[in-house]
Amino acid sequence: MATNSPQTGGASAWERLSKLLSRGPGGYAFLSLYMLITSLMLLLNPRTNLGTDIVFILFLLLALAIHRSRVHMGFKLTLGVIALGVVLPYFGTLNPYYIDVITQAGIYVVLALGLNVVVGFAGLLDLGYVAFYAVGAYLWSIFSTGQIGNMIAGATPVGPLWFYGFIFLGLAVGAVFGVTLGLPVLRLRGDYLAIVTLGFGEVIRVLAVNLDKPLNITNGAQGIKDIARPPLFFSGALTAIGLKLDDNQLYQFFFYFLVLVIVLITVMIVGRLKNSRIGRAWTAIREDETAAIAQGIPLVRMKLMAFGVGASFAGTMGVVFAAKQLFINPPTFDLLTSISILSMVILGGLGNIPGVILGAVLVTLLNLNILPRIAEILRSAKSAGVPIPQSFDPTQYQRLLFGLLLILMMIFRPEGILPEDRRRQELHEDEDEPSEESA
Amino acid sequence: MALLEATNITKIFGGLTAVNDVTLTIEQGSIVSVIGPNGAGKTTFFNILTGIYKPDKGDVIFDGKPIGGLRPDQIAALGMRRTFQNIRLFHNMTVLENVLVGMHTHLHAPIWNIILRSPSLRREEGKARDRSRELLRFVSLDNKRDELAKNLPYGDQRRLEIARALAGNPKLILLDEPTAGMNPNETLDATNLIRRLRDQLGVTVVLIEHDMRLVMAISERISVLDYGTKIAEGDGQVIRSNPRVIEAYLGKGAAGMAAHPPA
Repeated sequence: MATNSPQTGGASAWERLSKLLSRGPGGYAFLSLYMLITSLMLLLNPRTNLGTDIVFILFLLLALAIHRSRVHMGFKLTLGVIALGVVLPYFGTLNPYYIDVITQAGIYVVLALGLNVVVGFAGLLDLGYVAFYAVGAYLWSIFSTGQIGNMIAGATPVGPLWFYGFIFLGLAVGAVFGVTLGLPVLRLRGDYLAIVTLGFGEVIRVLAVNLDKPLNITNGAQGIKDIARPPLFFSGALTAIGLKLDDNQLYQFFFYFLVLVIVLITVMIVGRLKNSRIGRAWTAIREDETAAIAQGIPLVRMKLMAFGVGASFAGTMGVVFAAKQLFINPPTFDLLTSISILSMVILGGLGNIPGVILGAVLVTLLNLNILPRIAEILRSAKSAGVPIPQSFDPTQYQRLLFGLLLILMMIFRPEGILPEDRRRQELHEDEDEPSEESA
Repeated sequence: MALLEATNITKIFGGLTAVNDVTLTIEQGSIVSVIGPNGAGKTTFFNILTGIYKPDKGDVIFDGKPIGGLRPDQIAALGMRRTFQNIRLFHNMTVLENVLVGMHTHLHAPIWNIILRSPSLRREEGKARDRSRELLRFVSLDNKRDELAKNLPYGDQRRLEIARALAGNPKLILLDEPTAGMNPNETLDATNLIRRLRDQLGVTVVLIEHDMRLVMAISERISVLDYGTKIAEGDGQVIRSNPRVIEAYLGKGAAGMAAHPPA
């Protein structure tokens, strides 16, 4: 007599459950309830603690649930708009900490998507991506503060409204630096390419430290402070609706929505590039350079384009980052940041856009939220008398935990959280017939 | 004027002369085979034609233009495409995407149009997809167009490589051992496909092959290489009975037997 395997009937329990919750009335109900519950929990308990952290992550995972759900697109869009456009900003008025974290995560999403073009699409291992981020940041910082006066005697900073123009300028300058890096490394592959790009990243950082004499371009190790922000054009409109917020909160919202818009535009651009002849050429180069050349693909031009496009995203976000943080200095743009961005791309699922977004959000939350929280809990446990050794400073161990997590991920799930192949399997899910097990 | 004129091609790697003063002329619309024992320099010769290697001596003129110093992608763009001895498909791309990559040189939408998804881009992509499916139907792979290339059976992968090469609208296609590893039935299908390349699409075909049935059945002219040198050229009859050719493949004894068959 054949053993009754749980596979008879076709799908496992998990597959049946996700089918139920992802389409039809089950789908709509699940998403609506999920959003309602997490939103209410957030808004009713906005204090900064581990519990709110967890609810916050669950709330953000709603975006993933929406993405994977098979309900009507209009419904998905509406939920997304409510979650990101209403609930989250309102939560921000109750607690500025989380909205700052998510804005920073958004910046890293764009950076990760940009690096994904170079590493994920074209297969060019770039370990110095932070260089282009630094270039954009210093570009705005120099020109919008007194630093320009240190560089060129008598020059005055540009007005804060120029911020919007500099977003595009950062894009262009980033692209130029990207192509400049690309030119000497074209013939290199794999490990050699990685080392040279790593060197380039370090060169930019060291230049930032040392370009303060004889001509003071970057103000050296002191960094640049009092960076300008664009005027709050919408504060009048908000007071009219009755929202009383101070300048800091208003700027938080400004940068939150600005970054959100840039994320949406980036996703659109990167998606369109991927499904075009340029994206296919990049994938072909990644898969097999010799075969790609045999199809007439100009290797040099396509690689330079990958570097340029990837770098332009970083240049843009550098400008935004500088205006948001109001202060930058060379250590902000170190090798560890390049590697963090790379880890976001790899953890999320190399080459796959939703995966990269997920990776960026998760890694940023880990670094800015979860790991410091764990350190905090351990510290308070220590002072509460739990027998933790005196010399064990939990803050120091954040990097250790992060590294451990990366190692575990690479051992157990090297293809990333949302690997590319899954998307194809999903596309064919409907065509699968439940197979009859023969005795 | 011949479509391809390769004259006095010589290529030396260190101490080894891989190709020794080989001249090959291909007329438009013909099907020609290059045969010879393993290591005779056939694939090296193909690599020189397609620009992967630069010849140490000699010139290649394709469609009236000297292509000596050109890069492989430039030569591919001029209308010479090839398949590879050990199948070089883009394994993690779908069948359709592989063919679309072959069409790269004929797609011209600038990056700006791609980002904005302009109507002209959508038209170009639509036409590219239609043409790709046409080519897939030509090699009977259209029903598998969304499969990943690496999941295809061997015979299908060979046909996909041909479809991809056709996507560039080539005047000349170089097939490097297209039936390696195929059984007689599959070889028969491949023979018909190669004939259709010339008959229906007007593409000139040059084959490297080891399967003599295919070579004899399909070639208008056969060139034989041995240790880098061209030792014979002619139609099937001439080559079949040429003692030097027999010696190259089977050794001196066999050549003797062919010349003086036992009574």
